[in-house]
Amino acid sequence: MSTLERARAALAGLELQELPARDGTVFLQVAAADVREACRRLRDAAGFESNTFVTAIDRYPAEPRFQVCYQLLSVQHNDRLRLCAWIGGERPRIDTVADLWPGAQYAERECYDMFGIQFLGHQSEAGELKRLLMPEDYDHFPLRKDFPHQGIEPDKLYNEWFQRRFQRHEREHADV
Amino acid sequence: MGSLRPVEEANVQQDFLATRVDELINWGRKNSLWPMPLGLSCCGIELMAMIGPKFDLARFGAEAARFSPRQCDLLVVAGTLTWKMAEACRTIYDQMPDPKWVIAMGVCSSSGGMYDSYSVVQGVDMILPVDVYVPGCPPRPDAVIDAIMKLQKKIEREQPLRLRLSGANLDHGLGSNTFVRAPNTAVATHGSHDVLAAGDRILP
Repeated sequence: MSTLERARAALAGLELQELPARDGTVFLQVAAADVREACRRLRDAAGFESNTFVTAIDRYPAEPRFQVCYQLLSVQHNDRLRLCAWIGGERPRIDTVADLWPGAQYAERECYDMFGIQFLGHQSEAGELKRLLMPEDYDHFPLRKDFPHQGIEPDKLYNEWFQRRFQRHEREHADV
Repeated sequence: MGSLRPVEEANVQQDFLATRVDELINWGRKNSLWPMPLGLSCCGIELMAMIGPKFDLARFGAEAARFSPRQCDLLVVAGTLTWKMAEACRTIYDQMPDPKWVIAMGVCSSSGGMYDSYSVVQGVDMILPVDVYVPGCPPRPDAVIDAIMKLQKKIEREQPLRLRLSGANLDHGLGSNTFVRAPNTAVATHGSHDVLAAGDRILP
Protein backbone atom coordinates (compact mmCIF):
# COMPACT_ATOMS: atom_id res chain seq x y z
CA MET A 1 0.00 0.00 0.00
CA SER A 2 1.55 3.25 -1.08
CA THR A 3 1.80 6.33 1.13
CA LEU A 4 -0.90 8.09 -0.83
CA GLU A 5 -3.32 5.15 -0.60
CA ARG A 6 -2.71 4.84 3.11
CA ALA A 7 -3.30 8.54 3.65
CA ARG A 8 -6.42 8.55 1.45
CA ALA A 9 -7.87 5.63 3.39
CA ALA A 10 -7.22 7.40 6.67
CA LEU A 11 -8.64 10.70 5.46
CA ALA A 12 -11.79 9.25 3.87
CA GLY A 13 -14.64 11.74 4.09
CA LEU A 14 -12.47 14.86 4.27
CA GLU A 15 -12.15 17.19 1.33
CA LEU A 16 -8.72 16.42 -0.04
CA GLN A 17 -6.59 17.83 -2.81
CA GLU A 18 -3.32 16.40 -4.03
CA LEU A 19 -0.60 18.92 -4.87
CA PRO A 20 2.59 18.36 -6.83
CA ALA A 21 5.78 18.39 -4.77
CA ARG A 22 9.14 18.86 -6.43
CA ASP A 23 10.86 16.36 -4.16
CA GLY A 24 8.25 13.65 -4.76
CA THR A 25 6.80 13.74 -1.26
CA VAL A 26 3.07 13.08 -1.06
CA PHE A 27 1.58 16.54 -0.62
CA LEU A 28 -2.03 16.95 0.44
CA GLN A 29 -4.12 20.03 0.97
CA VAL A 30 -7.05 20.11 3.36
CA ALA A 31 -9.41 22.81 4.56
CA ALA A 32 -8.07 24.79 7.53
CA ALA A 33 -10.99 23.64 9.68
CA ASP A 34 -10.08 19.99 9.00
CA VAL A 35 -6.38 20.16 9.83
CA ARG A 36 -6.64 18.89 13.36
CA GLU A 37 -8.96 16.02 12.43
CA ALA A 38 -6.74 15.11 9.48
CA CYS A 39 -3.62 15.11 11.64
CA ARG A 40 -5.28 12.99 14.29
CA ARG A 41 -6.39 10.42 11.71
CA LEU A 42 -3.00 10.37 10.01
CA ARG A 43 -1.34 9.75 13.33
CA ASP A 44 -3.75 7.07 14.55
CA ALA A 45 -4.83 5.34 11.32
CA ALA A 46 -1.95 5.93 8.90
CA GLY A 47 0.97 5.44 11.24
CA PHE A 48 2.52 8.93 11.10
CA GLU A 49 3.75 8.90 14.64
CA SER A 50 6.15 11.79 14.29
CA ASN A 51 5.88 15.43 13.29
CA THR A 52 9.01 16.81 11.65
CA PHE A 53 7.99 20.45 11.45
CA VAL A 54 5.13 22.89 11.39
CA THR A 55 5.78 26.02 9.43
CA ALA A 56 4.08 28.52 7.18
CA ILE A 57 4.67 30.11 3.81
CA ASP A 58 3.65 33.73 3.34
CA ARG A 59 2.19 34.27 -0.14
CA TYR A 60 1.63 37.98 0.40
CA PRO A 61 -0.19 39.80 -1.25
CA ALA A 62 -2.35 36.80 -2.17
CA GLU A 63 -5.36 36.23 0.04
CA PRO A 64 -5.58 33.92 1.91
CA ARG A 65 -1.88 34.53 2.36
CA PHE A 66 -0.54 31.82 4.69
CA GLN A 67 0.02 28.23 3.68
CA VAL A 68 0.54 26.31 6.91
CA CYS A 69 2.58 23.16 6.29
CA TYR A 70 2.93 20.02 8.35
CA GLN A 71 5.65 17.53 7.55
CA LEU A 72 4.91 14.11 9.00
CA LEU A 73 7.19 11.12 9.34
CA SER A 74 6.24 7.50 9.71
CA VAL A 75 9.07 5.46 11.14
CA GLN A 76 7.22 2.15 10.88
CA HIS A 77 6.44 2.64 7.16
CA ASN A 78 9.60 4.64 6.40
CA ASP A 79 7.86 7.41 4.51
CA ARG A 80 6.89 11.03 4.81
CA LEU A 81 3.83 13.10 4.07
CA ARG A 82 3.24 16.81 3.76
CA LEU A 83 -0.04 18.40 4.66
CA CYS A 84 -1.00 22.01 4.05
CA ALA A 85 -3.90 24.36 4.63
CA TRP A 86 -4.53 27.96 3.64
CA ILE A 87 -5.47 30.62 6.18
CA GLY A 88 -5.75 34.37 5.90
CA GLY A 89 -7.04 37.46 7.62
CA GLU A 90 -5.36 40.03 9.83
CA ARG A 91 -5.22 37.57 12.72
CA PRO A 92 -4.74 34.18 11.06
CA ARG A 93 -5.70 31.24 13.23
CA ILE A 94 -5.69 27.49 12.98
CA ASP A 95 -6.16 24.57 15.36
CA THR A 96 -3.17 23.32 17.26
CA VAL A 97 -1.62 19.89 16.78
CA ALA A 98 0.80 20.27 19.68
CA ASP A 99 -1.21 17.88 21.83
CA LEU A 100 -1.07 15.19 19.12
CA TRP A 101 2.69 15.47 18.71
CA PRO A 102 4.47 17.15 21.65
CA GLY A 103 7.35 17.81 19.28
CA ALA A 104 5.17 20.34 17.51
CA GLN A 105 5.14 22.65 20.53
CA TYR A 106 8.33 24.43 19.64
CA ALA A 107 7.44 24.45 15.96
CA GLU A 108 4.11 26.12 16.62
CA ARG A 109 5.68 28.65 18.94
CA GLU A 110 8.26 29.50 16.32
CA CYS A 111 5.59 29.74 13.64
CA TYR A 112 3.60 32.09 15.85
CA ASP A 113 6.73 34.09 16.61
CA MET A 114 7.69 34.56 12.99
CA PHE A 115 4.32 34.72 11.20
CA GLY A 116 1.83 35.63 13.89
CA ILE A 117 -0.36 32.59 13.31
CA GLN A 118 -2.52 31.80 16.32
CA PHE A 119 -2.64 28.11 17.10
CA LEU A 120 -5.93 27.73 18.92
CA GLY A 121 -5.80 25.54 21.98
CA HIS A 122 -2.00 25.41 22.03
CA GLN A 123 -0.64 24.31 25.37
CA SER A 124 3.00 23.63 26.05
CA GLU A 125 5.31 23.57 29.03
CA ALA A 126 5.56 27.34 28.64
CA GLY A 127 1.80 27.58 29.04
CA GLU A 128 -0.20 29.30 26.36
CA LEU A 129 1.16 30.22 22.96
CA LYS A 130 4.21 32.40 23.54
CA ARG A 131 6.97 33.85 21.45
CA LEU A 132 10.00 31.62 21.16
CA LEU A 133 12.86 33.74 19.81
CA MET A 134 11.82 37.38 19.78
CA PRO A 135 11.22 39.44 22.93
CA GLU A 136 7.78 38.81 24.34
CA ASP A 137 6.69 42.41 23.96
CA TYR A 138 7.79 42.63 20.34
CA ASP A 139 4.87 43.85 18.26
CA HIS A 140 5.75 42.53 14.81
CA PHE A 141 6.24 39.24 13.01
CA PRO A 142 9.58 39.26 11.20
CA LEU A 143 9.08 36.56 8.57
CA ARG A 144 5.98 38.14 7.07
CA LYS A 145 6.66 39.45 3.62
CA ASP A 146 5.44 42.94 4.49
CA PHE A 147 7.97 43.20 7.32
CA PRO A 148 10.96 45.34 6.23
CA HIS A 149 14.28 43.60 6.79
CA GLN A 150 15.57 46.39 9.01
CA GLY A 151 12.48 46.10 11.14
CA ILE A 152 9.50 48.36 11.57
CA GLU A 153 11.16 50.08 14.50
CA PRO A 154 14.87 49.64 13.72
CA ASP A 155 16.05 50.92 17.09
CA LYS A 156 13.60 48.96 19.20
CA LEU A 157 15.96 46.19 20.18
CA TYR A 158 18.76 48.68 20.76
CA ASN A 159 16.60 50.81 23.00
CA GLU A 160 15.53 47.77 24.95
CA TRP A 161 19.10 46.66 25.35
CA PHE A 162 20.20 50.12 26.39
CA GLN A 163 17.45 50.57 28.93
CA ARG A 164 18.04 47.16 30.47
CA ARG A 165 21.77 47.72 30.59
CA PHE A 166 21.45 51.18 32.01
CA GLN A 167 19.13 50.02 34.76
CA ARG A 168 21.56 47.27 35.63
CA HIS A 169 24.41 49.75 35.62
CA GLU A 170 22.56 52.06 38.00
CA ARG A 171 21.69 49.16 40.25
CA GLU A 172 25.26 47.94 40.45
CA HIS A 173 26.65 51.39 41.11
CA ALA A 174 23.92 52.51 43.46
CA ASP A 175 26.29 52.70 46.44
CA VAL A 176 29.06 54.62 44.65
CA MET B 1 50.90 49.32 39.43
CA GLY B 2 51.04 50.15 43.12
CA SER B 3 54.70 49.13 43.35
CA LEU B 4 55.86 51.61 40.74
CA ARG B 5 57.48 54.39 42.67
CA PRO B 6 60.72 56.34 42.14
CA VAL B 7 63.88 54.56 43.26
CA GLU B 8 65.62 56.58 45.97
CA GLU B 9 69.16 55.40 45.39
CA ALA B 10 70.07 53.54 42.29
CA ASN B 11 73.09 51.33 42.68
CA VAL B 12 75.16 52.57 39.82
CA GLN B 13 77.75 49.89 40.36
CA GLN B 14 75.44 47.25 38.96
CA ASP B 15 74.11 46.93 35.48
CA PHE B 16 70.79 48.60 34.88
CA LEU B 17 68.63 49.73 32.01
CA ALA B 18 67.27 53.22 31.75
CA THR B 19 63.86 53.74 30.17
CA ARG B 20 60.66 55.64 30.65
CA VAL B 21 58.15 53.92 32.86
CA ASP B 22 55.45 54.49 30.26
CA GLU B 23 57.51 52.72 27.66
CA LEU B 24 58.20 49.83 30.00
CA ILE B 25 54.56 49.40 30.87
CA ASN B 26 53.46 49.70 27.27
CA TRP B 27 56.13 47.26 26.17
CA GLY B 28 54.84 44.77 28.69
CA ARG B 29 51.23 45.31 27.77
CA LYS B 30 51.57 45.18 24.04
CA ASN B 31 53.63 42.01 24.02
CA SER B 32 51.42 40.04 26.33
CA LEU B 33 47.91 40.62 25.05
CA TRP B 34 45.65 37.84 26.24
CA PRO B 35 42.78 37.54 23.82
CA MET B 36 39.28 36.61 24.86
CA PRO B 37 37.97 34.82 21.78
CA LEU B 38 34.29 35.57 21.32
CA GLY B 39 33.76 33.38 18.27
CA LEU B 40 30.19 33.99 17.17
CA SER B 41 30.23 32.58 13.65
CA CYS B 42 32.61 31.74 10.80
CA CYS B 43 35.13 34.36 11.92
CA GLY B 44 35.74 32.16 14.93
CA ILE B 45 37.25 29.51 12.66
CA GLU B 46 39.73 32.00 11.24
CA LEU B 47 40.50 33.08 14.77
CA MET B 48 41.39 29.50 15.67
CA ALA B 49 43.60 29.28 12.61
CA MET B 50 45.30 32.48 13.66
CA ILE B 51 46.07 31.20 17.14
CA GLY B 52 47.10 27.79 15.78
CA PRO B 53 50.58 26.79 14.66
CA LYS B 54 50.42 27.85 11.01
CA PHE B 55 49.86 31.56 11.58
CA ASP B 56 51.17 31.35 15.13
CA LEU B 57 49.97 34.34 17.06
CA ALA B 58 52.54 33.44 19.70
CA ARG B 59 55.06 35.38 17.62
CA PHE B 60 53.27 38.49 18.83
CA GLY B 61 52.82 37.34 22.38
CA ALA B 62 49.06 37.05 22.10
CA GLU B 63 48.49 33.31 21.89
CA ALA B 64 47.31 32.77 25.46
CA ALA B 65 43.59 32.70 24.72
CA ARG B 66 41.66 32.40 27.95
CA PHE B 67 38.01 31.58 28.14
CA SER B 68 37.48 33.59 31.26
CA PRO B 69 37.12 37.32 30.70
CA ARG B 70 38.69 37.93 34.10
CA GLN B 71 42.04 36.85 32.72
CA CYS B 72 41.93 38.67 29.39
CA ASP B 73 42.68 42.13 28.16
CA LEU B 74 41.84 41.84 24.46
CA LEU B 75 38.29 41.09 23.40
CA VAL B 76 38.07 39.76 19.85
CA VAL B 77 34.46 39.92 18.71
CA ALA B 78 34.62 37.42 15.86
CA GLY B 79 31.35 37.14 14.01
CA THR B 80 27.75 38.23 13.83
CA LEU B 81 26.51 39.75 17.04
CA THR B 82 22.76 39.46 17.46
CA TRP B 83 20.75 41.50 19.88
CA LYS B 84 20.12 38.40 21.96
CA MET B 85 23.88 37.97 22.35
CA ALA B 86 24.56 41.67 22.94
CA GLU B 87 23.88 41.41 26.64
CA ALA B 88 26.39 38.60 27.05
CA CYS B 89 28.95 40.40 24.93
CA ARG B 90 28.76 43.58 26.97
CA THR B 91 28.89 41.57 30.19
CA ILE B 92 32.07 39.86 29.03
CA TYR B 93 33.55 43.23 28.22
CA ASP B 94 32.63 44.66 31.61
CA GLN B 95 34.12 41.66 33.38
CA MET B 96 37.51 42.11 31.76
CA PRO B 97 39.99 43.97 33.98
CA ASP B 98 41.42 47.29 32.83
CA PRO B 99 43.32 48.04 30.69
CA LYS B 100 41.47 46.34 27.87
CA TRP B 101 41.11 46.59 24.16
CA VAL B 102 38.61 45.40 21.58
CA ILE B 103 39.05 44.15 18.03
CA ALA B 104 35.94 43.98 15.85
CA MET B 105 36.81 41.09 13.55
CA GLY B 106 34.96 40.86 10.25
CA VAL B 107 32.34 43.06 8.65
CA CYS B 108 29.51 41.65 10.75
CA SER B 109 30.94 42.85 14.01
CA SER B 110 32.30 46.02 12.41
CA SER B 111 29.09 47.20 10.79
CA GLY B 112 26.53 44.42 10.70
CA GLY B 113 27.84 43.41 7.28
CA MET B 114 25.35 41.75 5.02
CA TYR B 115 22.95 41.28 7.92
CA ASP B 116 21.18 44.58 7.43
CA SER B 117 18.57 43.12 9.70
CA TYR B 118 16.29 43.77 12.63
CA SER B 119 17.97 41.12 14.73
CA VAL B 120 21.66 41.91 14.26
CA VAL B 121 23.71 44.57 16.02
CA GLN B 122 24.79 46.99 13.30
CA GLY B 123 28.38 47.10 14.49
CA VAL B 124 29.58 46.21 17.96
CA ASP B 125 30.59 49.84 18.46
CA MET B 126 26.94 50.39 19.28
CA ILE B 127 27.52 48.62 22.57
CA LEU B 128 31.31 48.63 23.10
CA PRO B 129 34.24 50.95 22.39
CA VAL B 130 36.25 49.36 19.57
CA ASP B 131 39.96 49.90 18.97
CA VAL B 132 40.60 48.14 15.66
CA TYR B 133 38.16 47.13 12.93
CA VAL B 134 39.13 44.30 10.58
CA PRO B 135 37.27 44.11 7.27
CA GLY B 136 36.70 40.82 5.49
CA CYS B 137 34.12 38.08 5.45
CA PRO B 138 35.78 36.38 7.16
CA PRO B 139 39.14 38.18 7.27
CA ARG B 140 42.26 36.15 6.63
CA PRO B 141 44.28 35.37 9.74
CA ASP B 142 46.99 37.65 8.32
CA ALA B 143 44.55 40.54 8.43
CA VAL B 144 43.76 39.92 12.07
CA ILE B 145 47.46 39.62 12.88
CA ASP B 146 47.87 42.98 11.16
CA ALA B 147 45.12 44.32 13.39
CA ILE B 148 46.97 43.08 16.44
CA MET B 149 50.16 44.77 15.24
CA LYS B 150 48.20 47.99 14.75
CA LEU B 151 46.80 47.60 18.23
CA GLN B 152 50.34 47.17 19.54
CA LYS B 153 51.28 50.44 17.87
CA LYS B 154 48.28 52.05 19.51
CA ILE B 155 49.27 50.72 22.91
CA GLU B 156 52.75 52.19 22.40
CA ARG B 157 51.21 55.64 22.24
CA GLU B 158 49.34 55.32 25.51
CA GLN B 159 50.56 57.12 28.63
CA PRO B 160 49.54 54.94 31.54
CA LEU B 161 51.82 56.62 34.09
CA ARG B 162 50.64 60.12 33.30
CA LEU B 163 47.08 58.88 33.54
CA ARG B 164 47.85 57.30 36.88
CA LEU B 165 49.68 60.30 38.35
CA SER B 166 47.01 62.71 37.22
CA GLY B 167 44.65 60.87 39.52
CA ALA B 168 42.30 59.94 36.75
CA ASN B 169 40.10 56.97 37.31
CA LEU B 170 41.44 54.42 34.89
CA ASP B 171 37.92 53.35 34.14
CA HIS B 172 37.23 56.62 32.41
CA GLY B 173 38.40 56.85 28.87
CA LEU B 174 38.92 53.13 28.62
CA GLY B 175 35.30 52.44 28.10
CA SER B 176 34.24 50.32 31.02
CA ASN B 177 31.42 51.68 33.14
CA THR B 178 30.67 54.27 30.52
CA PHE B 179 27.78 54.26 28.14
CA VAL B 180 27.73 56.18 24.93
CA ARG B 181 24.35 55.99 23.38
CA ALA B 182 24.82 55.28 19.68
CA PRO B 183 21.56 54.36 17.99
CA ASN B 184 21.52 52.67 14.66
CA THR B 185 22.42 55.55 12.39
CA ALA B 186 22.65 53.30 9.35
CA VAL B 187 18.88 53.09 9.10
CA ALA B 188 16.19 55.70 8.93
CA THR B 189 15.28 56.92 12.39
CA HIS B 190 11.55 57.26 11.79
CA GLY B 191 9.49 55.55 14.40
CA SER B 192 12.29 55.26 16.90
CA HIS B 193 11.63 56.46 20.40
CA ASP B 194 14.79 57.84 21.89
CA VAL B 195 15.55 57.05 25.48
CA LEU B 196 18.24 59.72 25.48
CA ALA B 197 19.46 62.13 22.87
CA ALA B 198 21.99 60.73 20.42
CA GLY B 199 25.57 61.02 21.66
CA ASP B 200 24.61 61.52 25.30
CA ARG B 201 27.43 60.34 27.49
CA ILE B 202 26.51 58.85 30.80
CA LEU B 203 29.21 58.57 33.41
CA PRO B 204 28.79 56.86 36.75
